[in-house]
Amino acid sequence: MTRELASTPDHQPATVVPPRPADPVPAPVEGSRALARSAAAIWPAIVAFAAFVAAWKVVAVIAGLGFILPAPEEVGARFVAAWADGTMAPHAWTTIVEVVLGFAAGAGAGLAVGYVIARSRLVERLVSPYLVAAQAVPILALAPLLALWFGPGLLANVVICGLIVFFPVAIATMVGIRSVDRRLIELGRSLRASRREVLVTLEIPAALPAIMGGLRVGVTLAVVGAIVGEWAGADKGLGVLVNLARASLFDYPLMFATLVTIALLGIACYSLVVLAERRLVGLR
Amino acid sequence: MTAPSARQGRLVADDIRVAFRPPTRGAPPTVALDDLSLDIAGGEIVALIGPNGCGKSTFLRVAAGLLAPARGQITLDGRSIHEPDDRIGLVFQEPRLLPWRSVAQNITYPLELAGWSAERRAARLAELLHAVGLEAAAGLRPVQMSGGMRQRAAIARALALSPDVMLLDEPFSSLDALTRERFNLELLRLQERTGTTIVIVTHSIPEAILVADRVIVMTPRPGRVAAEVRIDAPRPRSVELLDEALVSRAAAEIRAHLELSENVA
Repeated sequence: MTRELASTPDHQPATVVPPRPADPVPAPVEGSRALARSAAAIWPAIVAFAAFVAAWKVVAVIAGLGFILPAPEEVGARFVAAWADGTMAPHAWTTIVEVVLGFAAGAGAGLAVGYVIARSRLVERLVSPYLVAAQAVPILALAPLLALWFGPGLLANVVICGLIVFFPVAIATMVGIRSVDRRLIELGRSLRASRREVLVTLEIPAALPAIMGGLRVGVTLAVVGAIVGEWAGADKGLGVLVNLARASLFDYPLMFATLVTIALLGIACYSLVVLAERRLVGLR
Repeated sequence: MTAPSARQGRLVADDIRVAFRPPTRGAPPTVALDDLSLDIAGGEIVALIGPNGCGKSTFLRVAAGLLAPARGQITLDGRSIHEPDDRIGLVFQEPRLLPWRSVAQNITYPLELAGWSAERRAARLAELLHAVGLEAAAGLRPVQMSGGMRQRAAIARALALSPDVMLLDEPFSSLDALTRERFNLELLRLQERTGTTIVIVTHSIPEAILVADRVIVMTPRPGRVAAEVRIDAPRPRSVELLDEALVSRAAAEIRAHLELSENVA
């Protein structure tokens, strides 16, 4: 999509034609009011978070589970300490690299394969059984094998991550491209659009909402994939740290602090995709 | 917009036949159009009218180069049409705008595909917006507009490359009767300035009489020309200026041919 046209001074003075009052043009919101509105929107989230922490505290005290369910303040303190003393950062960095590379590889392959499947019945018949079979085999069972093939470490984990991202992105792309309104394609044909122009100006924008849905699912699975891969064999990463804290160090607050880090990483990745979606899909 | 000379835009359909593959193997093919010949002069306005399924839209798609006929050919100013052509502008039954683009970006979409520079597109856009009265709506998205405004944008898009022929497939069928009349008159006003040949498919006898020099009545499947009715009213036309006697005579004639062709089927 070319954006330059939007900025060309194509308006004549608005007095030529009186603006039609029936048009539901969103009124521009004043800065301070927008701020107030987003502050108001954040309150329920704060309340829900406080309730969650309170419930956690109550369960931890009443059940008296001691070290296998540490109290929230204990986990919070360990979380801060682990980041401050440099325990967490190297592991988090390794996992982030795996997630980013794995997501890029898996999503890239998913987009390409999903598109080809959507446009060719033959390819669909040839490829889709393997796709479904690969998805039906639990990644947990494949992970040790992949670690064996690619050696424990970054490459194996990126592959595991990519595999788990691939399927939802491929399926979402296929569904999105298939559901592009045939009438729009006919319009493109009537305007003599080339194959590439149809792809870039019609198919991709039309399928974008569906594709972004697949990317949302994919990016959260990317975090899962990285952790699973690290469990199967790695010497660094948040998955490794979870195992270390639980089985070697018996540092349960650290284990929970690591889980919190993993959750935050997932939320951050998901939010990035949602942000990209808002920018790309925007107002329709 | 410069008016092309009157000789440009002559659209000739010569013995067109279109058959669709049967739904079940061995069954005879569905013949949508057969023995269809038309000679439309440059700058002429022709309305195609007929019952549902008589192949009016199919004819437009053949004329637009979107559908290859099984027999016969379409020529525009002597050149045969077998693929979409810049000299032909197409307006579909529904506006068919791209929802992710603004009105301005929708109207200049054909120019973009034709490789026009941004400056040329902007200049042409201003003319087109003015021609269809959408100057104030350039930045809106299709969802923010009424059905009538969307159809105006679709017409502007079809006019973008200054075609010699405009093909309109029931373009105003979703509008209310009053708006429809106004749009018909605006279409005539536009045509007077551009001199474009117009082929308009319609279900409405009043619409056909108001806009057309010639009304072609078609038979149901297979679509053939059942009759031609000339509307000998002067231009520029307006609702008040149309002689009532002429209108009712033409309407009665069209209706008679329509009923006759229905009985044949």
